[in-house]
Amino acid sequence: MTGSSVQAPVVIETRGLTKLYGSGHTEVVAMRDVSMQVRQGELVALLGPSGSGKSTFLTAVGLINPPTSGQVLISGQLVFDGPVAHTNLRTFRGRHIGFVFQKSHLIPFLTALENVQIALEVNGETPHAARKRAKELLDYLGIAERSDNLPSMLSGGEQQRVSIARALANRPGVILADEPTASLDSRLGRQVMELFAQVAHDQGAGVIVVTHDHRALDLFDTIFEMEDGRIRQQRQSQDRQVTEGVGDGRSPTVAQ
Amino acid sequence: MNLATKDIRHDLGRFAMTTIGVGMLLMIVMGMAGMYQGFVVEALLVVDRIGADLWIVQRDTRGPFAELSRVPPNLVHRALAVPGVESAREFVYHTIQRQHDGTPFRMAVLGLGWPGDKGAWLPLSAGRPLVQNHFEMIADQSLGLRVGERITLGKDTYTVVGITTGMTSSGGEGIGFFTARDAQAIQFDAPGEAVRLERASRLVRGERTDFGAQQPLTVVEQAANPSVELPEIAPPPLSAVIVTLSPGADVQQVVSIITGWSDVSVYTQDDQRELALRAVDKPRRQLGLFRILLTGVSAIIMALILYTLTMEKVLSIALLKIIGAPSRVILGLILQQALLLGLLGYGVAYLVGLWVFPRFPRRVVLTEGDLLQLALVVAVISAASSALGIWKAMRISPNEVLSS
Repeated sequence: MTGSSVQAPVVIETRGLTKLYGSGHTEVVAMRDVSMQVRQGELVALLGPSGSGKSTFLTAVGLINPPTSGQVLISGQLVFDGPVAHTNLRTFRGRHIGFVFQKSHLIPFLTALENVQIALEVNGETPHAARKRAKELLDYLGIAERSDNLPSMLSGGEQQRVSIARALANRPGVILADEPTASLDSRLGRQVMELFAQVAHDQGAGVIVVTHDHRALDLFDTIFEMEDGRIRQQRQSQDRQVTEGVGDGRSPTVAQ
Repeated sequence: MNLATKDIRHDLGRFAMTTIGVGMLLMIVMGMAGMYQGFVVEALLVVDRIGADLWIVQRDTRGPFAELSRVPPNLVHRALAVPGVESAREFVYHTIQRQHDGTPFRMAVLGLGWPGDKGAWLPLSAGRPLVQNHFEMIADQSLGLRVGERITLGKDTYTVVGITTGMTSSGGEGIGFFTARDAQAIQFDAPGEAVRLERASRLVRGERTDFGAQQPLTVVEQAANPSVELPEIAPPPLSAVIVTLSPGADVQQVVSIITGWSDVSVYTQDDQRELALRAVDKPRRQLGLFRILLTGVSAIIMALILYTLTMEKVLSIALLKIIGAPSRVILGLILQQALLLGLLGYGVAYLVGLWVFPRFPRRVVLTEGDLLQLALVVAVISAASSALGIWKAMRISPNEVLSS
């Protein structure tokens, strides 16, 4: 986390998150004892090979899949205590968490503007106010002139910008991105990562980006590496402070 | 923002094609109801239009619309003698199939009691009623005849003097209206050879009469003999005699008197309506059952269409769930499309039906009641068939977005 955000409030906190699939001899541990804190305005990268538990972690923090045990707190509110949800997940998710995916997953029958607008309207915003906010966001992300285009008429980078605008629509405290640059070339990928940094620092959101793209790691405040369902390493980007074997006390992997 | 209409506008062509398909299906359901009503209308058409109070028919038969009925021509005069009877007319009714212009020509022949009935009650779209008691006819337009056209039936040629619209028999044939005498001539027309054979037969019967041992019988005495022994053929019978009662006449009293005659049965107009309906009961029930089946098939097809439409939106629905859309937004998306599909399909069915049904060979009658009933059924089918899509949508996990 950045020096400026050290004192910022924690927006994402996980305590000993564990996720098991199956039971008995078919039991698979997808995530084990993962604890993490992300503060307001902090941009966090989550690295790790396929099957390391990154997506499982993201779906638990994103309130999509409950953990088997452990706790998830968003903006200080306990949301998951083990598999038990302490709030209406869909409503809470809509208001507090923004998502960006590997593919933009824009609704194909809505224009760029409407794709942002819908995220506001389904969470109770009036159509007029939603439209105004959506226009502001598209302008902020530099694609205002593409507002009336359908997703099929946008480039991959433009689509991803619209999906970032959608994620920002409800001023969430948390933004979760699952390999958002995987389908983009390096130049566009870098631009998107810069946008996340801009969003984290300008909008004050806690942003976790799951990525394989190591070329833009300099933009991140904190980098976590996962392996075999555990966080193996935590690095602070600016001061390069390395904490090894976070959460499980096992031997660290080699830092890059 | 209305997601249902946005989705439809995005792929308008496909939705339009789907709607037309559903519309065609609903048009068949609508047509079935119309054909069902058409059977009823055709069965009751003559009974209702002719407006008789009583129908006198051959004893123990169900009248000319249900089976063969033969009553003697003098029954008209007997009926007129009953207190309370204002008028009695001959009624001849049968179906013929002949050749006309080299093609098979099928027609229901209805004989009007001349001179009391010249067909003035008929809904003429062209021409005029009958003005002479022979060789004129009024034809329904479904027969394809024109005013002034001449048609030979048996040994006589008839001129079409008027055209009716929508006057068809319960079997769907167009009705040709003649005087009762002409209708009988058409019905009992015998080929020349048959007449010659009958004459020869009469000669044989005459030769067998032994006037040495047996005095010639008077006509009155001969009348008691079997008809085959009679020297002359009796005047051809009528199908029925139709009676109009005097204003204020006691129907039950008149019926009671006529029922006392052991050679005839008498039916009121309501009785005759019921009998006419019973004659087409099986086709009506068959159509009714087929209509129910088709409605069920429509519901299944609509459910599958809506399920497919929902499946195509799995990612969008999963995404809506992720961004916090309440279930009513997703439910509304599917339900509104279902209702729109049903509503527009119904509209297509109605509009296309209005154009297509009049071209059907049998009458198709769209009643307000049936149309309203079908509209309600379509609304229920739309809602019910969307249940499958809604069920699927509710089970879609937000994970779908992450795993795709």
